[in-house]
Amino acid sequence: MRVSLVDYGAGNTLSVTRALRKAGADVELTPDPDRVARADAVVLPGVGAFGDCMRKLRERGMDEACLDACRSGKPFLGVCVGLQVLFEGSEESPGVAGLGVLPGRVVRLRAKGLKVPHMGWNHLDIVREHPVLAGLDGEAFYFVHSYHPAPREERDLLGTAEYGGRFCAAAGRENLVAVQFHPEKSSRAGLRLYENFLDWARGDG
Amino acid sequence: MALCVRIIPCLDVDAGRVVKGTRFRDLRDAGDPVELAARYDAEGADEIVFYDITASHERRATSVALARRAAEEVFIPYTIGGGVRTVEDMRAMLRSGADKVSVNTAAVKNPDLISEGAERFGSQCVVLSVDVKRREDGPGWEVYLNGGRVNTGRDALEWLVEGERRGAGEYVLNSMDADGTETGYDLELISAVAEHTNLPVIASGGAGHPDHMVAAVEAGADAVLAASIFHFGEWSIAEVKAWMKKAGIPVR
Repeated sequence: MRVSLVDYGAGNTLSVTRALRKAGADVELTPDPDRVARADAVVLPGVGAFGDCMRKLRERGMDEACLDACRSGKPFLGVCVGLQVLFEGSEESPGVAGLGVLPGRVVRLRAKGLKVPHMGWNHLDIVREHPVLAGLDGEAFYFVHSYHPAPREERDLLGTAEYGGRFCAAAGRENLVAVQFHPEKSSRAGLRLYENFLDWARGDG
Repeated sequence: MALCVRIIPCLDVDAGRVVKGTRFRDLRDAGDPVELAARYDAEGADEIVFYDITASHERRATSVALARRAAEEVFIPYTIGGGVRTVEDMRAMLRSGADKVSVNTAAVKNPDLISEGAERFGSQCVVLSVDVKRREDGPGWEVYLNGGRVNTGRDALEWLVEGERRGAGEYVLNSMDADGTETGYDLELISAVAEHTNLPVIASGGAGHPDHMVAAVEAGADAVLAASIFHFGEWSIAEVKAWMKKAGIPVR
């Protein structure tokens, strides 16, 4: 099984590649939409601003490749801004359309009296069971973000974290799963998430 | 539950080996940096700071090689400091797997380094590290450069406020008075910085017992950095965390 890691100039591809490999994946970092189309599973990483991320995806034809992958039913994992762009848009970049495969928008963290960005280790509370999150309820993960998704449909909400209020930290439906935190920087719990994703993609999850 | 207080082992690296100076002197060999970092990751460390103190113009190359090797074995965030003088240096470290770069002397000499780094890579990548010492002639702290060898005479709080304005993402406060003493962090310094600024504060210098870490957090630190207490096996990360948890501090 071959996993394509979408390379569109995002910064954290090295650490995601290493973590996926550590978890046992045959992973290929690729800037080529055709390779993404032929992969068995796709991981979309992301750091930086929503608008910048969408622009880079479009410049490389990766927006269409990701949309096709999402619609094809193959297992698809979005990480951090790679989660955010699956939604329709973001307060961070008004006027820029996201991929829109998950209904809802990305909004600024409103954590009264707390520092934003929300940076550091925080606990994931699972709201709806999902094979990719198996065994991870209550585990701490590493977050770095100032925005978070607000899924419009409750059934897409998989997990939350608490930071001056509850926010969506994991979302998904059907073949899509996406997390706001960085599993590749979350030690054992993060590697477990990638292992779960690979098992799920193989059909063992 | 709320955000966890971060426990951060700091590895001073000279020509590829971990060393620890006390009061910035007396180096003792403590092993391979990546092996040690991977061990700390397994034991529950929340982040790692590698501080490259290699004294040569090769330093950027050694820092990049270190960042790249760490990417293979370390699955928690790590910061590289020491060899960062230009935005190009920052890019090289970040591309090699580092999550953050820490700037110190170079930022004081050229404060645009902070602004440009924050603009290009995001504030969360830019850690402003500062070596400070209490003023001898009055209240407050002064900023030192070059590993504590040069006194700028500049007020530390004023510099940190400027760093925040320029887009730094967090501070590492190295107390030269406390460093290596293992008698506790400079709590007044931590409180003063937490009061006058809005960025996360990482306390550094002086940790010898988990109670010191509890005190630092109570004084306003968001994270605590330590070296000798971990490197020489006085306390494990797990023991420190258990101790802090008992004191009511949220840890992972």
